[in-house]
Amino acid sequence: MLSSTGSRRTPEVERVLTARIGRKDSRSIDTYLADGGYAAWKKVLTGGGWTPQQLTEEVKKSGLRGRGGAGFPTGMKWGFIPKDTKGKPIYLLCNADESEPGTFKDRLLMEEDPHQVIEGILLSSYAIACRDAYLYIRGEFYEGARILNRAVEEAYAKGFLGEKILGSSYALDLTIHRGAGAYICGEETGLIESLEGKRGQPRIKPPFPAVSGVFNCPTIVNNVETLACVVHIVNRGADWFAKIGRNEKNTGPKLYCLSGHVNRPGVYEAAMGLPLKELIFGQEYGRGMKDGRGIKAVIPGGASANMLTAAEIEDCPLDFDGVAAKGSMLGSAAIIVINEDTCIVDAARNLSKFFSHESCGQCTPCREGTPWLYKVLDRIESGEGRAEDLDLLERICNQMANGMTICVFADAAIAPPLSSVRKFREEYRHHVEQKRCLVGAKTEMATA
Amino acid sequence: MSHTRYRTEEAGEPRPFPPEARDRIEKLLRRYPTKQAALLPVLWVAQETWGWISRESAEEVARLLDLPVSHVDGVLTFYTMYNLRPVGRNLLQFCTSISCHLAGAEKLVERCGKRLGIALEQTTSDGRFTMVEVECIAGCDRAPSVMINDVYHEPMDEKKLDALLDRLSKDA
Repeated sequence: MLSSTGSRRTPEVERVLTARIGRKDSRSIDTYLADGGYAAWKKVLTGGGWTPQQLTEEVKKSGLRGRGGAGFPTGMKWGFIPKDTKGKPIYLLCNADESEPGTFKDRLLMEEDPHQVIEGILLSSYAIACRDAYLYIRGEFYEGARILNRAVEEAYAKGFLGEKILGSSYALDLTIHRGAGAYICGEETGLIESLEGKRGQPRIKPPFPAVSGVFNCPTIVNNVETLACVVHIVNRGADWFAKIGRNEKNTGPKLYCLSGHVNRPGVYEAAMGLPLKELIFGQEYGRGMKDGRGIKAVIPGGASANMLTAAEIEDCPLDFDGVAAKGSMLGSAAIIVINEDTCIVDAARNLSKFFSHESCGQCTPCREGTPWLYKVLDRIESGEGRAEDLDLLERICNQMANGMTICVFADAAIAPPLSSVRKFREEYRHHVEQKRCLVGAKTEMATA
Repeated sequence: MSHTRYRTEEAGEPRPFPPEARDRIEKLLRRYPTKQAALLPVLWVAQETWGWISRESAEEVARLLDLPVSHVDGVLTFYTMYNLRPVGRNLLQFCTSISCHLAGAEKLVERCGKRLGIALEQTTSDGRFTMVEVECIAGCDRAPSVMINDVYHEPMDEKKLDALLDRLSKDA
């Protein structure tokens, strides 16, 4: 096996999306079928079956919200497709451009249980009357793309894809489309541009993709994990799904990506709303901090999310509204734990370097602001910071985001510097005044 | 956004795709409603065929897809994974994004550079290794994560890196 996923564990309770992970030959269609796979597809398409509207209603009722980052209600998104498309085809795009630093759940789903993802795409395509679906997978996932291509071939051979699927009049084609290295293609209109064979620069909205997306046709873009959830909603019902989770606005099973200074990093499945501290310290999950160190900061939703302090992670349910109430976001559910020995300026500098590299360059505030933030953080980290730099960081951030740009990349890019300079101001000040890190062990400098 | 540009001194003769690559391209074109949409996949075919994409390959792709060369250029310089110059047989890709950074990824980059005598973005004189830094490759739970060509090696440490470089240095 190319990518050994030995460290990706989930506890025995409530495994839905990861139920088959770790099973022998989990990628093959034979084991998937033996485990009850494609039952949802057969349920919807054969023996009376479901209408697309019924399927959409079921997903609406389940409370499923998008797992890619924004948490938008999936059924509602589907409902935005115009009733009359004036003869234009409708497209479903599976967003498998998983690139948010700290996120690795979709890689796991695609590499270990590709048919679950494909079945989710089939069901969702049917719900929106799509005849041509694409799965846009980031270029770096070579193995994921090979596994998916094999699985797609198997699905065609069994008659789950193609013409007259399972004897119905429904026809669907699915193409695995590889990206080529660009974080911004995870933004849905950036993904659409990229799929059209262009630079992945996000579009001005409106029009929203549901009205005019890829090839100027109505388009729905859904994340890998979101689509996988649809399989289980069909199999077990919206009511079952809606009962999982902290409240009716945050429902279903959820994959959490835990990384950083914990004893046991990995993808963990739990009900939406798992307490953040339980994920870090629970026996079933992260098993506490490596070497017994204290927590300095936690990034709860990938690089784009505001950092939380050790005090703020008390009583923080990991769901869309729970993390939002703490002034951050669940995002892609990438929880990055940073210990007390880490220089916060160094961490912010690393994150800013990422955003500086990945800005698509289309909007001036973002194109100019992201390298500027990196430059200021780099000089503070290198002991050349100026007293006015802390205010300067805040000023740059405030001039970049909140509607100054076409997409929310700039809003994401300001999260690490702005949240850290506000919450760890003393450490920043110490760095500027003493020209060195507050923490003893200085993290190794980047070579760039 | 990539800042890579074509390495013009490497420019060669115009190169048509070999027959098996042409077959793959024909099949790809059937999957999309426009020729342009096949651009990224066709560029992948070009890279898999020649190992990198020269100015001449880009022109050939533009011709096949009825696109202006300037459009192909724009795409090639936007994405980071198309090699616009030849790379070593082993493309060492070190992730240095946050989770790998917290796990000391830069130490590996430094060690690797010292051992091979090259800096980032450079290739050893024997054409065996090219070393680059990449952004998060979704190996955060097994940090630090490294990819060599299309294969993950994670978690990486100095000992494993030494052993890997030893082995790859001996490969013919």
